[in-house]
Amino acid sequence: MGSGRLYAAVAAGGFRRYATYRAATAAGVFTNTVFGLILVYTYLALWDERPHLGGYDQAQAVTYVWLGQALLAALAIQGGGFEIELMERIRTGEIAIDLYRPADLQLWWLANDLGRSLFQLLGRGVIPFVFGALFFPVALPHDPLTWLAFLVAVLLGAVVSFGIRYLVALSAFWLLDGKGMLQLLMITGVFCSGMTLPLNVFPGVLGEVVRALPWSALLQLPADILMGKADPLGAYVFAAAWAVALLAAGRLLQSSATRRVVVQGG
Amino acid sequence: MGETSRLADGLRAYGLIAGMWIRSSLAYRASFAMTVLGNLLLSGLDFVAILLMFSRVDSLGGYALPEVALLYGLSVTSFGLADLMCNSLGQLGQRVRDGTLDTLFVRPAPVLAQAAADRFALRRVARLTQGALVLGYALVAVDVDWTVLKVLLVPVMLVSGAAIFGAVFVAGASFQILVQDAAEVQSAFTYGGTTMLQYPPSVFGKDLVRGVTFVLPLAFVNWVPVAYVLGRPYPLGLPEGAAFASPLVAVACCALAGSAWRAGLRSYRSTGS
Repeated sequence: MGSGRLYAAVAAGGFRRYATYRAATAAGVFTNTVFGLILVYTYLALWDERPHLGGYDQAQAVTYVWLGQALLAALAIQGGGFEIELMERIRTGEIAIDLYRPADLQLWWLANDLGRSLFQLLGRGVIPFVFGALFFPVALPHDPLTWLAFLVAVLLGAVVSFGIRYLVALSAFWLLDGKGMLQLLMITGVFCSGMTLPLNVFPGVLGEVVRALPWSALLQLPADILMGKADPLGAYVFAAAWAVALLAAGRLLQSSATRRVVVQGG
Repeated sequence: MGETSRLADGLRAYGLIAGMWIRSSLAYRASFAMTVLGNLLLSGLDFVAILLMFSRVDSLGGYALPEVALLYGLSVTSFGLADLMCNSLGQLGQRVRDGTLDTLFVRPAPVLAQAAADRFALRRVARLTQGALVLGYALVAVDVDWTVLKVLLVPVMLVSGAAIFGAVFVAGASFQILVQDAAEVQSAFTYGGTTMLQYPPSVFGKDLVRGVTFVLPLAFVNWVPVAYVLGRPYPLGLPEGAAFASPLVAVACCALAGSAWRAGLRSYRSTGS
């Protein structure tokens, strides 16, 4: 089997695996819709008080909320993807078996996670977004090319998100108990991606810092591309540079971690 | 066995199980301190978001920062109490799926007490602490002519609010017996509810406010009593006395959640594994 087909099969497996949990998916759609509703009303009150806050009008602020709910699970913004399983495999030592497999560890998990992302985008993302677009004023482009540009940014965001979570997962080689790291992942994900408040609303230096961090490729950049607020090429360069840097750091950490692996005989 | 002795029985079992989990979490003190600190940061983020909003505006839905902080502090502290006591009920679906709920039936203690105390996580005091800190700030900063009645209303709100949220946890767990992998529905009402109550009712649409007043009466956790404390118009033009109805609403919620729980247990079919 060609290696391309292998990783495609792994991605399909990731997709199918999440597709089996129908009730969980429906529950997730419900939760994302409820949180979207709460956020939309607070944003509307905020933009009522300060129109054009962060360069958005009300419709754009509303669009931003529903995009966040659509991408939350797909891009695992607060974690909750492959990293928990990988950390558990590292902790229990099952990782030794993975290292023997004739597949690249990082690419294998990337393919798996992209499959999961695609399912979550379709299964959990679309309905809350459509609900939001139907019941609230939104700012959506009519040009299919803009939608395409948005989807490319989402794909890049998925790779950046993977890069971050791969580093977090590998930390289990040293820390063994991953709870603290997962918590850190959640805090940074929610705050730095702009899930709580768009990054362009953050004041001063804080705003500049969060916009330069990789998390801004998860929600802020795709949203700005969809609403015509950002130049796609510049955004791609930013996201791709972070993706390459994070994946390379993952490789480096992986090779130094695997040198540490001691397989207990049994 | 009488109702009161059953209650005493449940509380005793709860205390024993929770005590065991507390001892186990304190075995690694440094790790425990770090998770509490992490939880404190995590639960503080939504207040940071509110502070960021107020760095750009002076009021939200007609409420100034100390007033929003009052809503926030009451919502998060009462939710934090319920969360500390009952959060484990959120994972009940897991127990139904893997069949370990069965083991709770054979032990000589009420199932609800066991399920609620299971994996009791003392680190959740972090949310409670963070809510109490914001509440403390709000009580000092808010511009209110405090009367005895208003002062007394604050602890009443906290206890009633915790009971109302506790009832939501129990009702959610009953639902999870039926639909085992729908834990997120419960989150929508628990975490979603406490998030919503952090903002003034004037922010939300009429239908949404009606829903959380008459259907799922979360409005009695803080919105309605706070309107009395701040001297604001009541949401939905409720009568004056509504501000003091929170304890009654809490008792009614607990009674309803209790019957939902019994119905859930009756419908339980073991996996057989």
